[in-house]
Amino acid sequence: MTLGRTLWAIILIKLFILFFVLKLFFFPNYLKKNFSTDKERGEHVIENLTKTK
Amino acid sequence: MNEIVDPSLVDWSRAQFALTAMYHWLFVPLTLGITFILAFMETIYYRTGNPEWKKITQFWMKVFGINFAIGVATGIILEFEFGTNWSYYSWFVGDIFGAPLAIEGIMAFFLESTFIAVMFFGWDKVSKKFHLISTWLTAIGASLSALWILVANAWMQRPVGMQFNPDTARNEMVNFWEVFLSPLAVNKFLHTISSGFVVAGVFIVGVSAWFLLKKREESFAKKSILVGATFGMLSSLFVVITGDTSARLVAEEQPMKLAAMEGLYEGKNGVGLVAFGVFSPTKTDPANEHLKDFLFKVEIPNALSYLIHREANAFVPGVKDLLAGNEKEGIISSGDKIARGKMAVETLRNYKNAIADGRKEEMQQLREKFVSKDFQDNYFKYFGYGYLKHVNDTIPWISLVFYSFHIMVILGSGFLLFFFLSLFYIMNDTITRHTLFLRLAIFTIPLVYLAQMAGWTVTEVGRQPWVVQDLLPTIAAVTLIDANSVIVTFWLFALIFTILLIAEVKIITTQIKIGPKEGGH
Repeated sequence: MTLGRTLWAIILIKLFILFFVLKLFFFPNYLKKNFSTDKERGEHVIENLTKTK
Repeated sequence: MNEIVDPSLVDWSRAQFALTAMYHWLFVPLTLGITFILAFMETIYYRTGNPEWKKITQFWMKVFGINFAIGVATGIILEFEFGTNWSYYSWFVGDIFGAPLAIEGIMAFFLESTFIAVMFFGWDKVSKKFHLISTWLTAIGASLSALWILVANAWMQRPVGMQFNPDTARNEMVNFWEVFLSPLAVNKFLHTISSGFVVAGVFIVGVSAWFLLKKREESFAKKSILVGATFGMLSSLFVVITGDTSARLVAEEQPMKLAAMEGLYEGKNGVGLVAFGVFSPTKTDPANEHLKDFLFKVEIPNALSYLIHREANAFVPGVKDLLAGNEKEGIISSGDKIARGKMAVETLRNYKNAIADGRKEEMQQLREKFVSKDFQDNYFKYFGYGYLKHVNDTIPWISLVFYSFHIMVILGSGFLLFFFLSLFYIMNDTITRHTLFLRLAIFTIPLVYLAQMAGWTVTEVGRQPWVVQDLLPTIAAVTLIDANSVIVTFWLFALIFTILLIAEVKIITTQIKIGPKEGGH
């Protein structure tokens, strides 16, 4: 395998793992996944930010 | 919120981010520096027409290509983590962080990617001039990509140019130029990219030294050392200048970090600079168990005061001054800041409750109070302190910051000497006789990466407990997800990155052993 082909293979495998394995199964966007509007997201964050005593 | 946050979640989330950021940064500085070295080498080829310079350029371009291919997109994982593990932080800073990151994406994609393609595949297909321009634009594009992420990082260390919106819980950018041209952002960019240039200089001198030790490609190696060491020497000098500015900015904006960098507990006039020191593993300051005593230290009298204030007898605050306050020096105590922070958080809570209960008049009053200049300057400014339990929570991990800072400075000074000797031996044409120096040059390659990691450790660990200085502590920034899922992804990343790193080292060393070849890459 030439150097060029090896590097392209590494890039493609890496991108596949990043976007089709890690992003899809391990890294959902927490606020986008759990709340449908920005208003709800903001309210949730404020709720959490103001829980402290 | 801090009552219900699992400490292991915070620790694992931090460890995960640190792991991915550090692995990512193994690839970045070489790219930042070697692209400029390639541009200089190709410029010499363009002006002299000497095919040996083409061969030299193409060899180092191949090394750069391997580093780029393996490192590319490793930074995207950090953005995944922002959305999953640090979603409250991402929301809180969204508008400020979003703009620089979007510009970074565009810069990286259009400028770097386009011209990298021409640079790699355009030899003998485009004109020499166009190829040279492409190489320069690749170098400039790489640094511009770094610029935007460093602007965003600088904002976290010194939040400026924004207004917090209590309705959305987001900071909104009100002055782009204040964010972009913040002295901390400008200096951080210059210090970081020039340190990347040093990495490339050391790398090129080190690899070339290997060829000389093996008695191979002597002319190629000497020419490479000449360019690498000249570039590295100038960059090292620039790192010293920007490092000095950086320390003064830290003293101004993050005095606790400076106190940790120097292990300075008691502030005073005419403070010495600790050149080297070792902490006691057991003995602590009787007044505060978080502060470890020095076993010994070597100090340069008055040097810290002079470096920070350009005045040998100036006052520099220590950890205790920052905790207890110092009226004479105008330092507010951490306890006072915590009280003001709690007031700011409480006002936000009352405002939220007033909205929820439909108490319009109270809501209006609280909103006006929240956005008023007095409240912003005296209470919201310390918003993040509202999450801290104790003044000692404002102290970072002093020994780690101290040792990292001193490793960085000692190694940085060593690189200056290293480049000087490299140039001296090259100019005298005696470098092949100094085999010990050549061996040392190879050994210097891992040291330059160690210096990079130490520098970032000072920056990031030194600013704890903050993710956004004084406004958002780490404990309030982390998403409340299952700590076990973070542990799983931590080890997953460790595995993936280690495989990538092994691949990088193996492929690069294989190509180095093959060496430069005539007429292609």
